[in-house]
Amino acid sequence: VEEILFFAAALGALGGAVGVVAMRNPLYGVLALVVHLFALAVLFLLLSSAFVAAAQVVVYAGAVMVLYVFVVAYVGSDQESAWEPIPGQRLLAPLMGAALFIELSVAVLASSLLALGTDGPDVKAGFGDPAEIGRLLLERFLLPFEASSILLLLAAVGAVVLAGRQRASGPGEGAGVPSERFAESAPLPPAETATSPGRSPSEEGSPAPSPTGDVR
Amino acid sequence: MTIEWYIVLSSLLFAIGATGILVRRSPIVILLCLELMLNAGNLALVAFSRMVGNQEGQVFAVIVMVVAACEVVVGLGLIVAIFRRRLPLDVDDLRTLRG
Repeated sequence: VEEILFFAAALGALGGAVGVVAMRNPLYGVLALVVHLFALAVLFLLLSSAFVAAAQVVVYAGAVMVLYVFVVAYVGSDQESAWEPIPGQRLLAPLMGAALFIELSVAVLASSLLALGTDGPDVKAGFGDPAEIGRLLLERFLLPFEASSILLLLAAVGAVVLAGRQRASGPGEGAGVPSERFAESAPLPPAETATSPGRSPSEEGSPAPSPTGDVR
Repeated sequence: MTIEWYIVLSSLLFAIGATGILVRRSPIVILLCLELMLNAGNLALVAFSRMVGNQEGQVFAVIVMVVAACEVVVGLGLIVAIFRRRLPLDVDDLRTLRG
């Protein structure tokens, strides 16, 4: 049963990955990536790591992919041009990929890790379940855990600053440099232009419906 | 299944993601291919953690997921900003830092 599950999930993961690379429309690419992520979650379960599989489904296939779908729907999906900056790039790139795969496989399989050929040691029943991972995260890896939370906060603020609709600054052409960059691209209704000259990065973007702010 | 199968699958997925980055030109698809490569790394981490019988590799995989989520958020924010300024969404045209 384990072999069947492994090969089914591996086929799903490979098919999803090839679909991401090959699909013309980015929306279909996102959907192929969702298939890939679900297949990877099955593989994680086979490796007896339940928490990582659950996090994969919830965080990746749930949240991150919804973000992708929103951005693809906002930007629209136009076709890529067939123009190649380097001649023969589309032929050379798969060859480079194949060379990378062979190189990685040789590096791993020719290593002297004896346990590679086994199923791994027998583990106790609670291996990789949320209680164990939570204990590791909150005791031994407390500092990386907190650092990752700070990183998430920074990324959220950064995305709001990058993608949020910028207000044109106050009356009388006193546009500062950072708001002038965006003023030409995001035309605003005139009622909003005279509201607040002084603004902080945390309050901009929150009233404006930005596509990334909707999801989070 | 032995651990070798998982590692070989992971390296194959990594190679496919790298090929996608070389071939495609839309920045959204390049971010998707980056996700493929990060997930291949995650699979290798979890497989090695099973091989050693130690759960710390799974903690690594969770942290990698957090970093990938941050990268996606900032990258998509950049794409939205590029789109707002009506620049072409093509990595061959966006080769200078000045807009």
